[in-house]
Amino acid sequence: MARFDGENLDTALEIISRYPVAKSATIPLLHLAQEQDGWVTDEAMEHIAELVGTTPAQVLGTCSFYEMFKREPVGRYLVNVCTNIACQIMGGEELLHHAEQRLGIKAGSTTPDGLFTVEDVECIAACTEAPCLQVNYRYAHRVSPEDLDRLLDDLAAGRLDDEIPPHGTLARTRQHIPADRAAGPADPTDTPEPVWLVSHAAPATETEAP
Amino acid sequence: MTITDAPKIVSSRWHLDDGHTLARYEETGGYAGLRAALAKAPDEVVEEVKTATLLGRGGAGFPAGVKWGFCPPGVFPRYLVVNGDESEPGTYKDRILMEKDPHQLIEGILIACYAVGCSQAFLYVRGEMALAQERIAQALNDAYAAGYVGRNILGSDFSVDVVLHWGAGAYIVGEETALIESLEGNRGMPRLKPPFFPAAKGLYLQPTIVNNVETLSNLPWILANGGAAFAALGAENSRGTRLFAVSGHVKNPGVYEVEFGVTTFRDLIYAPVYGGGIRHGHELKAFIPGGASAPWLYPEHLDTPLEAGVVGRLGTMLGSGAVVVFDETTDMVKAALRLVRFFARESCGKCTPCREGTTWLERILERILDGQGRPEDLNLLMDVADNISVGLAWPPTQTTICPLGQSATSPIASAVMRFRDEFEAYLGGPAPMTVEVKGAAFVTKPAAAPTAGRTQEAVDA
Repeated sequence: MARFDGENLDTALEIISRYPVAKSATIPLLHLAQEQDGWVTDEAMEHIAELVGTTPAQVLGTCSFYEMFKREPVGRYLVNVCTNIACQIMGGEELLHHAEQRLGIKAGSTTPDGLFTVEDVECIAACTEAPCLQVNYRYAHRVSPEDLDRLLDDLAAGRLDDEIPPHGTLARTRQHIPADRAAGPADPTDTPEPVWLVSHAAPATETEAP
Repeated sequence: MTITDAPKIVSSRWHLDDGHTLARYEETGGYAGLRAALAKAPDEVVEEVKTATLLGRGGAGFPAGVKWGFCPPGVFPRYLVVNGDESEPGTYKDRILMEKDPHQLIEGILIACYAVGCSQAFLYVRGEMALAQERIAQALNDAYAAGYVGRNILGSDFSVDVVLHWGAGAYIVGEETALIESLEGNRGMPRLKPPFFPAAKGLYLQPTIVNNVETLSNLPWILANGGAAFAALGAENSRGTRLFAVSGHVKNPGVYEVEFGVTTFRDLIYAPVYGGGIRHGHELKAFIPGGASAPWLYPEHLDTPLEAGVVGRLGTMLGSGAVVVFDETTDMVKAALRLVRFFARESCGKCTPCREGTTWLERILERILDGQGRPEDLNLLMDVADNISVGLAWPPTQTTICPLGQSATSPIASAVMRFRDEFEAYLGGPAPMTVEVKGAAFVTKPAAAPTAGRTQEAVDA
């Protein structure tokens, strides 16, 4: 599996339909590929290029810019420990070292059983809850080394399966715009002045060029 | 202390477990601002927001109503792009707004689209914020079903789709032209400007307004209560209320909504209802007033009000409302390295001074911390910083397309000027420095040690 399969292809087409220019769907589709396979494969990027009307090289160019896209397999659980300033001064670096020692790997690598990947990450917007981390982009706040041990045990034992989906799945709720409610995408080359501006225009002060 | 009884404008539902649901939102006054907006002409809504003097809450602090006015007349479609890519170190407010009150943001988006005449809105949420994405997706689905979003909103002739878009991990995408590049499916590299700012040529080269999540979240209240009621709060140009994240070595780290312009840093850091003071037995050494890009402030600045102009004249900024507090145990050389490493990692690589400069700053600081520094390294650090932002002035001079590069010079100039002794301790002796700084916040220690930052416990101890 690498190209989008049946249900994911439907989702991909639905996502593309929301944009006036298909290429804008590139990043959401890269997320969908990662959700399907756990990482972004070359075949998926080729399929995305077909779907949005660009080349595989252009998709790779976009993909390689963004840290969340993994172009090789990572662990089922991506443990991202923040060491940026607010976390650093509250023990974030020590927490990262604890994770490395406990799992026997350096940040940026994966345990041999394929369960955990550890990363040293930049600020994840939980500065008042330092030190903090994310597992597959789900937060843990004010984490002590003991909390981290418990968290890793619970993950390994499958006790958090309901709360934390495997790596690749971000939001489990998707936006759906019902056809009978959609205003539709606004084509950059062919969209007139919005009707509510026209209907509310004050005739006395109307000086704009048509 | 200036603790005022200003209303909670954007955080009124944070204490509720179900504040993110449509039912609770409607019960607590939700979508009243949209109804009030639809009862007015779009121009009148713009006037209401101008009356409010709503400064953008993303970092640059530009008045939202004025920004809206920069769209060239007669050019359509116009787009609204919502910047939910919160990632300035120290900043934590937009994520809470998106997780705890997504309908308030959606309502703000609708009001802005109605006022400006935007035919489509894109809500760009930072990739790493899974819960925010889920809450917004659910809120949008519910809002569409209830007739608040989409075609003929609330039976009017106002129609707009709000599309939820996910980022994928890149700080630079918080810069508005990089955000637009990313939304077009490209690498998130900023565009050269002038000649064209997004309001003239933005997404798909059409007029585009980029507004921050907190900025838009203020609109429902402003429309429901009037721009004058908003402007009655605060002082000078800093009106209404504002969210500040107080993190680091305080007793009560948290995100607090305070009256803008009149509340002081001392209130924010020491008031029992806010930061609660420095952690037990310690004293204030320094604080970052507005995120990693802001020059630092010190105990002698505590009585400064949270007012954009006043803080600007001190040579720094309120930025993204991120106050990071350091006590005396903080190693300022290490802190400077961590901040510079952030900018080095997040530089997009487009402009040489930023790409090369931030990387060399990181390497030199690493060498100093490893005990391999040379006495001339202190001046070298400042020289590299001076090459990225000439004169180390405030507002900073820019040698690059976007402000990321110059932002990395703030922690360098702050740490070196104020805590030169800590660098010299690593370097094993006095280090000469010839680079001159112009920024007013890059100050040396006052002759007499200030006592303003000392906690009562520390004095008692």
